[in-house]
Amino acid sequence: MKYSSQAVAKPYFIFALILLAGEILFGLLMAIQYLYGDFLFPLIPFNVLRMVHTNLLIVLILFGFMGATYYLIPEEAERELWSPKLAIITFWVFAAAGVATILGYLFVPYATLTEITFNELLPTMGREFLEQPLPTKVGIVLVVVSYIVNTAMTVLLGRRTVITTVLITGLLGLAVFFLVAFYVPDNLIMDKFFWWFTVHLWVEATWELIMGAILAFVLIKVTGVDREHIDKWLYLIIAMTMVSGILGTGHHFFYMGAPEYWLWIGSISSAVEPLPFFLMILFAFTMTRERKITHDNEMALTWAKGTAVMAFLGAGVWGFIHTLAPVNMFTHGTQLTAAHGHLSFYGAYIMIIFTITSYAMPILRGRPHGNSKKAQKVELSAFWMLNIGMLGLTLALSAAGISQILDQRVGTDLVGFMESQDSIAGIYMVRAGFGLLVFTGLLTYFASFFIKEDNA
Amino acid sequence: MTERITKSMAKNIYYGGGTFALLIFLALTLDTVKQIPQRSNEVKMTESVVMGKKIWEKNDCVGCHTLIGEGAYYAPELMNVFQRRGGSDESAFKAYMKGWMASQPLAVPNRRKMPQFHLSDEEVDNLSDFLIWTSKVNANDWPPTIEG
Repeated sequence: MKYSSQAVAKPYFIFALILLAGEILFGLLMAIQYLYGDFLFPLIPFNVLRMVHTNLLIVLILFGFMGATYYLIPEEAERELWSPKLAIITFWVFAAAGVATILGYLFVPYATLTEITFNELLPTMGREFLEQPLPTKVGIVLVVVSYIVNTAMTVLLGRRTVITTVLITGLLGLAVFFLVAFYVPDNLIMDKFFWWFTVHLWVEATWELIMGAILAFVLIKVTGVDREHIDKWLYLIIAMTMVSGILGTGHHFFYMGAPEYWLWIGSISSAVEPLPFFLMILFAFTMTRERKITHDNEMALTWAKGTAVMAFLGAGVWGFIHTLAPVNMFTHGTQLTAAHGHLSFYGAYIMIIFTITSYAMPILRGRPHGNSKKAQKVELSAFWMLNIGMLGLTLALSAAGISQILDQRVGTDLVGFMESQDSIAGIYMVRAGFGLLVFTGLLTYFASFFIKEDNA
Repeated sequence: MTERITKSMAKNIYYGGGTFALLIFLALTLDTVKQIPQRSNEVKMTESVVMGKKIWEKNDCVGCHTLIGEGAYYAPELMNVFQRRGGSDESAFKAYMKGWMASQPLAVPNRRKMPQFHLSDEEVDNLSDFLIWTSKVNANDWPPTIEG
């Protein structure tokens, strides 16, 4: 650790991983409720399980981004963090607000929750992924503002690099587009249209900038490749991201009440969306080939390459499968969307958090050369369990989606939703099995943290 | 391929391309905002429809159902439930909805369960009006079939 203030990243990484365990656990509970409708009902209805599952995901990614930022910004800016104290306060405020919100979901009926959290004043609740009560939403804004101020001040007072510029641009975008979540028109179609400004432009534009910056940082550290060279790749990747991702929002506007021209704009731009992810694979593997050093923490590079591959599969390939308007006519609102959602969030954002955690945590724990060989071996088996598990459940959800389409949407002999769901119970069983593998993989990853150092 | 591209070229593609995409996106957004009232029949968006949307949100219906293809995939699509369960007849649909909402959760073992939301008759009517209004939105001929 070059700067003592980098240590504030540690609680962020640890808490992100704990939330990830919770997220996967709730995913498993949902997978069981999918098969046995009486499981946990009426104690925790499906919508509550899902809210906890998706909200934990969003919050853990934000924690991961913050941890990554506080770790890398001092090294990039070549000075201590502007205010480590603010970063610690922000951590506790965000953690407390996050836990309180989840407990609210679990122990208070949602309708009551809307009443006791002043939703009447400015109704924003009850929309997918943006279910958070008003105080939580305001809290998120404050946390993000404090995060941006701390990052920007550090960079302004220190060295500016391409990585810091890209990271801060991503953070500003994240903040600006979250503000749209406070605008909820009475017209459902207008509401849906602007809802995507937060949801899509986070995931498929601004977050990708943050992810690209973190990936570039780790690659510089573990390959020793010249910064100029890495910078060029980073610019190319994010250029493709911006060009395709912003107008790619159009692929959500095909069949929800927006005008016809989005059918063309959305299809053409999102056909380009796999490109930045493909460049990311070239980037990671070319830098590996051209590396100047061999870092003892081999797992960090393994995760980095894995991030590029899994993000390309999840966001690139699984996105492209259903992004052309004539195809989307049949796939819209089926399990295929869920398949894409799972692999893309995992491949791009969970994997980048594993990458930076695996690189930074050993250093933060006083092991500059990475964990012991034995620990890295365990970590490698976790890597494969997590990836195979996620691919398996994605394939299962894709099969479920295709069955749904054939049952409900193709031909003349149509089957209703519930009947179709009953017929694909076997596939949901397979999905649950792979989900269990993912959870085992995560526990194995945790176990790798507790393996004692070799006697060196 | 990448050898011929310099860092400053890549930087220019990022700033130039990004700004260009953003400007087109903003222009189309303005146009879409102008078109949505007509495509969604905003003139028919009564007070009851707006109340219905609030009830829809207050009970997190989107946590299980999809509506115009967006939401969760645990329960059926509801954009065309008016046609599917109400046969496009408003009073038949409203009667159906009252019966349906009152009988939740259904006592079928291990069927996926819909909670009992304790809505008043008026609230169920608001919800029905909201779903009827939604069923008439011009969503470019989606959903492809009556089964959603």
